[in-house]
Amino acid sequence: MQAFAALLDALSYQPARNAKLRLIESYLRETRDPDRGWALAAMTDGLDFPAAKPAMLRGFGEDKIGTELFHLSYDYVGDLAETLSLIWQTDPDAGPPPTLSEVVEMLQRATKMQTPAILKRWLDSLDATGRWALLKLLTGALRVGVSARLAKQAAANVGGQPVDAVEEIWHGLSAPYRPLFDWLLADGPKPSSNAGGAFLPPMLANPIDRAELDGLDPTEFRAEWKWDGIRVQIAASGGVRRLYSRAGEDISGAFPDIVAAIDFEAVLDGELLVRRGAIVAPFNDLQQRLNRKTVTPRQLKDHPAHVRLYDMLRLDGEDLRALGFDQRRARLEAWHGAKPRPRFDVSPLVAFTDWAHLAELREATRSDGIEGLMLKRGDSPYLAGRPKGPWFKWKRDPLLVDCVLMYAQRGHGKRSSFYSDFTFGCWREVAGRRELAPVGKAYFGFTDEELRWLDKWVRDHTTNRFGPVREVAHELVLEIAFDGLARSSRHKSGVAMRFPRISRIRTDKPAAEADTIDDLLRLLPAGVEKPLKAAYITDP
Amino acid sequence: MAIDTLDPRSWLYPTPRGLYCAPGDFYIDPAVAVPRGVITHGHGDHARPGHRAALATPETLAIMRARFDGMPDTSQQPLKYGESLRIGEVDVSLAPAGHILGSAQAVLAFKGQRIVVSGDFKRRPDPTCPPFEPVACDVFITEATFALPVFHHPSDLGEIAKLLRSIATFPERAHLVGVYALGKCQRVIKLLRAAGWDKRIWLHGSLVALCRLYQEQGVDLGEVAPVSDAILETFKGAIVLCPPSAIADRWSRRFADPIPAVCSGWMRVRARARQSGAELPLVISDHADWAELTQTLRDVGAPKVWVTHGREEALVHHARSIGIDAEALHLAGRDEEGA
Repeated sequence: MQAFAALLDALSYQPARNAKLRLIESYLRETRDPDRGWALAAMTDGLDFPAAKPAMLRGFGEDKIGTELFHLSYDYVGDLAETLSLIWQTDPDAGPPPTLSEVVEMLQRATKMQTPAILKRWLDSLDATGRWALLKLLTGALRVGVSARLAKQAAANVGGQPVDAVEEIWHGLSAPYRPLFDWLLADGPKPSSNAGGAFLPPMLANPIDRAELDGLDPTEFRAEWKWDGIRVQIAASGGVRRLYSRAGEDISGAFPDIVAAIDFEAVLDGELLVRRGAIVAPFNDLQQRLNRKTVTPRQLKDHPAHVRLYDMLRLDGEDLRALGFDQRRARLEAWHGAKPRPRFDVSPLVAFTDWAHLAELREATRSDGIEGLMLKRGDSPYLAGRPKGPWFKWKRDPLLVDCVLMYAQRGHGKRSSFYSDFTFGCWREVAGRRELAPVGKAYFGFTDEELRWLDKWVRDHTTNRFGPVREVAHELVLEIAFDGLARSSRHKSGVAMRFPRISRIRTDKPAAEADTIDDLLRLLPAGVEKPLKAAYITDP
Repeated sequence: MAIDTLDPRSWLYPTPRGLYCAPGDFYIDPAVAVPRGVITHGHGDHARPGHRAALATPETLAIMRARFDGMPDTSQQPLKYGESLRIGEVDVSLAPAGHILGSAQAVLAFKGQRIVVSGDFKRRPDPTCPPFEPVACDVFITEATFALPVFHHPSDLGEIAKLLRSIATFPERAHLVGVYALGKCQRVIKLLRAAGWDKRIWLHGSLVALCRLYQEQGVDLGEVAPVSDAILETFKGAIVLCPPSAIADRWSRRFADPIPAVCSGWMRVRARARQSGAELPLVISDHADWAELTQTLRDVGAPKVWVTHGREEALVHHARSIGIDAEALHLAGRDEEGA
């Protein structure tokens, strides 16, 4: 456990990708099986300890120092595992600390009843860094700046293999990955890659704006709508059917309706949406289905999932990735045309003559189901990662509104102890008096320097404190950018913003001149008058 | 010793200019220039320039002169630890606070009632200043910089050992160690010497004057030299002390592949350490940690405690839970600052 803790500790302070890789590589080389395999599983989100729940850890902390002090501590540190690791003291009589394998194997066997006592013994025996690593492992989010992809890259590096070779066989392997290390570090055979359902690293686009487009030849590019769902990959091969997020996370469990509809052998790239008939529901509806391990029949019925297809990577065992986009697209359309399936449709191409024409089309589309346009070179092969040049995303211009800062709350993670979550409001008249009504909350959009400025402003203008929240003087105007507005019965103001962020700090504008609720409501999409459940038609 | 009818708030209370002692007509660590100030120690948030008269330990006055161009316009009244002086109707004496060179607690006695303004303090040994002395009192005003149960500063020599281990592991890299210019810098140098590091220690230009002052005050720092004096020096395996802000500054570019380390109590919290840019965070603090703060409340035995600058809420909560009449005291000009 100490070697693993030292690794996580060093990773958490190391910002450079290559240095992170070196740290993981030397750990994997120097650590024996099965510890290194469990470590790799932890870094690739492959471990799950259902008996160790955050609520239990909070309970430990509250028992140790009392509810009040524990909550003040947690609020300050901004991380449950770290808070508990710092308030707990090492007991010199607790015996030797556990190894990583002991931790994993014991917890997988332990019952819910046994778990707390085992955990407390380990916390007693470890030092603060060891406790932190143990708790991070249990709660599942390591937050040391290592993606699953990076960990796989490090594993590939120790064996001198390309990462795609590891990626290719990954989903046929399971922790603690002995055959993988035998192959990479000893003379073992390469594990079989025809395990089925393998994830293929997706191709991503770079942002572009109107001015940059003029440097490109419009005849070389194809345009398609960028749908406002989540990017997914359907991987059906070797009799295995899986749905992956863009990052390669297996989300099949949350979408049995999609998985059940896969009656083919192909790897497809598309956008996951909630769709009712011809109507694509707002992103909010899709959120009801995300981040779940299982799903209820009710959710399946009320929020039916759908995949709008962009691309085809494999078909019946044939790898299409080396073909140009136009050729893959033709294969995709022919395949879909031969047998239409209700859960899937093909995202249409947007025909245009030149960039000015495309800009008009982009402006004319006010539907909230569309985030903007994708531009893809007709001859572009499907390349893993974010290559410069072949694919671009041209997002819609955000909507803007000037709001007044009302409350600020300290952030979590890397913004811990900075006031970085901001609630802002617009003016309204109530019984002849002007008052602010909160309309949203933002924790993005500012630079580190602006964050420091905002943090100081909040501290210097606090008028009231409610636990971790500070109320501030109604004096600072923030220009808020957001991607869409919808009626909402859950928000006091009656509207919900999509992805609000702070676009400018308007120290030049007096608070009294900030926008009113009525100004904001004018930005609602036309025809949306009632609190909406069904939303808008986006099927072109 | 207390007179039950005398409300301590009637003779010592916060004002926008700072904590004011009415029967002595002076401020303690005022936030702005005042006619008369009692200064607990030389850090910038406690010692300000421009007072007409300042009372402090001789060491603190020397620090203030070094920082404020000799302070020719301030009448200076040195008061050694343990000596007493009557100002107006108040007896004032200074007791060691163990925070930095010259740091003191202000002990104020009026009509048989005694209030101790601790200033900043710590309880663990520091080779650059005498240790904190608990003074029995009716009201104890305590700092609360690290007043949360998550703050348990580890042994300082253990943290120095981490630095030396890193130098042994990366002998080809310079180690940039971020320290506050006053106190932390000189303490870290002394700790390095105690751990056996006898090589020259390099200093950022802004640390030089205060190191010289410490040496003049009899604190032996061994061989130290400003980085700007280096000729043909590669800094491989060298220790270079600098203010934390210099680590991300252009200044640090002259070192090839340096390892940034920062010495501060905040390094205990990972997110804070990452915000500082430290790859090697060292938890070395000149402020009391949670255990020291709570121990000090027991040691001084004051029935009333006022808690200032930092995480007042937690310490007030703890003090009340052990039967102390505690409340937060909000002082102008103090929020979170370096520690």
